[in-house]
Formats: sequence, C-alpha cells, structure tokens
Amino acid sequence: MCGIVGLFAKNPEVEANLGALLAPMLFEMSDRGPDSAGVAFYREPAAAGHTKLTLQHDDPDFDWSALRKGIKEVFGASKGIERRANHAVIVAHAEATPVEAWIEERYPDVKIMSAGEAIEIYKEVGRPEAFIETFDIKSLNGTHALGHTRMATESKVTTAGSHPFSTGLDLCLVHNGSLSNHNGLRRMLRREGIRFQTLNDTEVAAGYMMWRQREGDTLTEMMDNAFEDLDGFYTFLIGTRDGFSVVRDPIACKPAVLAETDEWVAMSSEYRSIATLPGAEKAKTWEPAPATVYSWEKEAVR
Amino acid sequence: MTTATDVEVVDLATTPLRELNQRLHDGAAGGPLRWRIVNPNGAHAVAVGVDAPFEIEIEGHTGYYTAGMNKHAHVRVNGNVGVGCGENIMSGTIHITGNASQACAATGRGGLVIVEGDAAARCGISMKGVEIVVKGSIGHMSAFMAQSGALVVCGDAGDSLGDSIYETHIYVRGSVEGLGADCIEKELKEFHREELGRLLTAAGADAKVDEFKRYGSARRLYNFNIDHAGEY
Repeated sequence: MCGIVGLFAKNPEVEANLGALLAPMLFEMSDRGPDSAGVAFYREPAAAGHTKLTLQHDDPDFDWSALRKGIKEVFGASKGIERRANHAVIVAHAEATPVEAWIEERYPDVKIMSAGEAIEIYKEVGRPEAFIETFDIKSLNGTHALGHTRMATESKVTTAGSHPFSTGLDLCLVHNGSLSNHNGLRRMLRREGIRFQTLNDTEVAAGYMMWRQREGDTLTEMMDNAFEDLDGFYTFLIGTRDGFSVVRDPIACKPAVLAETDEWVAMSSEYRSIATLPGAEKAKTWEPAPATVYSWEKEAVR
Repeated sequence: MTTATDVEVVDLATTPLRELNQRLHDGAAGGPLRWRIVNPNGAHAVAVGVDAPFEIEIEGHTGYYTAGMNKHAHVRVNGNVGVGCGENIMSGTIHITGNASQACAATGRGGLVIVEGDAAARCGISMKGVEIVVKGSIGHMSAFMAQSGALVVCGDAGDSLGDSIYETHIYVRGSVEGLGADCIEKELKEFHREELGRLLTAAGADAKVDEFKRYGSARRLYNFNIDHAGEY
C-alpha cells in the first residue's frame, strides 16, 4: 500500500497555511501507511551562496548547537538552528558538498535528510497522526509540499527507510508501489558511485534519479529512462525546487488522483485526502494516465 | 410512517459508513425506498451490497467499490467514483455524473452502468453480462477477458482493448489505441445496431449508431491449436 499526498500553492494564502492544509491530507492516508510518515516542504529559501540542510540524529537531546558552531567556524552559518523533534535545519554559507563531507566526517551518526536552497525533509517511524503532532507539521508554511505514509513491504521500518528520499539538491521522491529489480540496480548504481543507507527499493529509485541527473538528464529524459530501467509498479511524486511531478508506471498499477483549483494543485493516492481541502468539491479532478509525466512549477523567483 | 415518496437523507459526515450500509441491507424488508447520501468525501464502499429496488442518490465524490455487487437498486453518483465502482453488479443501474477510476463495473453480471465522463484503465474487466456506457473515453486493458454483455464508448479507447475477449460486444465511436490479443473489428449487424441504439437511448447519449465500430472476439483462443503443440 502506502499513501502519497502533494500540495502546490498558487497564492500566498495557501503558502502561509501549507502545513495546516497538508496535515489532514496526510492523516487521511494513515490507513494506507501506518508504519512511518514523512514530508518534504519547500519553504524560505536560503540566500545565494548558502545551503540549507535538514539533519537528523536518533538522540532527541543531541547537541545541535555544537554542530552548528563547528559549521559556522568553518563555513559561516546564517540564522539559528530550527529544531523539529529530532531533526534540525541549519543554513551554511557554502555549497552543499563540502558541508555534507564535513558533517559526515565529524558526526557519522547525523543523517543528512536533505540539502538545497528551499527543501526541508522530516520523517519518522510511527503513525502519521503522531508524526504530525511531534513535528508540528501544521505550523509549516511553504510553496509546495509532499507527504508519504508507509506500509512497509520489502525492508525495515526505520527512519532512513521512510519517505521522502532526497535525490539531490532540492530534489526528493515519494513512492507507492514496489520495484522488483532493485537489488540489481543497487549493485549497478554502487559501481557508479551512488551510496545507499538501506535495502529499500525506493531508495534505489531515488539513487537512480540522482545518477540520471548527474549524467545530465532533464526530468523528461530521466523518466523516459526510468520507464525502461525500473521494473515494478509505482506512482512517484517527485519534488523539485519549483514544483512537483507525478508519474505512474506504464500499466498504472498504483492509484493516483489529481485535482486543481485556482488556489492549489493537489495529488493523492485517494480522493478522500483531497476532500479535506477547501474548494475540493469544485476542483477539476482526474486520474493521471499511465507513463505520463504531470508537472507543476512556480515561476522561479530568485 | 414512511411513504414511497419520502427521501431518507444520510449524512456521512456524522453517520458511520457501516451504519449506512447496514440500514440499506436491512431496509430491503421495508422502510424508505429513496435515499440521499451526502458528504461521502471519497469514502470507500458506499452503498455496497444493496439488494432492493431503492433509488439512491449520492451527492459528491466517492472512493473505492461504490455500489459494488448492486442488485435491483438505481444508484446515481453526482461526482467522481474511485476504483471498482459497480464491481460485480448483478442488476439495477449505476449512473456516474463525473469520471470513474479503474476497474469500473469489473466482473459485472447484469444491470447498466453509465459514466458521463471518462473511465480509467480496466473498465469492464472480466465483465459477464453487465452493460456499460461511457460517454467519455476509457483507459488501457478495458474489457480484458470480457465474457458477455456490452461496452459502449463514445470517446476513445486505450491500449489492449478486449484482450482475450470471449463474447462481449464492444462499441467504440472514437479511436482505439490498440486491440488486445484475439480482439478484432467486427461487422455491425442489425442485432448490434439495435443493441447499441437501445443502450445509447438508455444512457441519454448524444451519439449515432453509424458513428461506432464494433469489436469482438476472433475466437482463435477458444481451442487448443494442435499445430502449435510444440510451443506450449
């Protein structure tokens, strides 16, 4: 099973209330995924030359200020630490790669959930309603957000095995379905230098997308290649800096519903999530066709 | 005391779904004949297993298996329906004013299902006597292993239409992306013209019989072919 939700704001009011609107959508998908939950929010972009990182440590009392102090001394850091349960958001005055390498070397127990200008990823095991409360999801604003509720089928229920998966700077992936050739693909991608933390199939899809982007694919080229190389069934929701894309496998095994009004675009595994949104009953609502990429993008304001 | 003209309104925002369905099942023994269900908000299994000549109107979008296994009832959904609407319908009618998701009227044995909008993939999969009229288009793998009944599509059909079909009559007005194994275009005989005309009228479809093509079984998969014994 698993449940997917996505919400893309078309006006400042929806942006301000993005978390409050996404939380009930995620809650509705609890039955589809009671094992773990996660979200990616795109919000409050870092200034030019800065990188925003979402970090996680299993110890809720982990000393984030010491880590931030270190980053500030080496790279310079703006803003304070924004903590959300056992996650923390830090903005470093540097490109992502050296900061990530620095963290990995000194703090091997700290997991890097996401890196980019605007993305923040939060995810944890447990029921979605507990996740929504613990991480205070309703208080988050943002331009667009993705969410996932997981019913684990092929790998452990862990924080690292929860969705969304980061697939590069400001990029992430959530997935409903399962891939049957992920072991072979993982071996191939390891040879290409992609690293994996879990035995999860979606992490392989995320690694695959990371690899294709590194090879210079556009989103369309990447998905054309994915249709060839990924064996299995899937509905993917792919988050980018400026929007999100929805794609289903060529035989459309897994459900997906799209809805659009003048105020928002919403995606969900089932309509009942979308029904929680204001104006849902008058929204244009449809089922995305198989092997077709549907994308929404904000005009980049930089 | 209720009379035949009374409408029983059930609000799914305040009434548990199981209570509604239980009342619909118990109601076969007497009680209201007309039902109006409001605030479905995408709930699954609304009005499944009804076995009475009720008129049921659902105001809003529903989730999976809406009016599944319907017998005798006339159900109208003013909205879209999720996966498997009218699954295994036995008789009666289901009228959907919006779009239907996958596997609409799958395995249906009788009755009539009308979709004003589009139906997604696997419409009428393994249908066994149900009649389906889709005023929009249908997705891929529709009427897979369809055994009897009729499927009318006023728009276009997706890939692999009628794969491994037995004796269902498929009528498509628009384009067909691809025919499945053993499905071929067939002659629109007088019997078919009458059947198609009757269904278009029943569904209130603004289309003419002459605009349709008929598809059905080439009957090459019916028997084991001894010439191909080595391939099995």
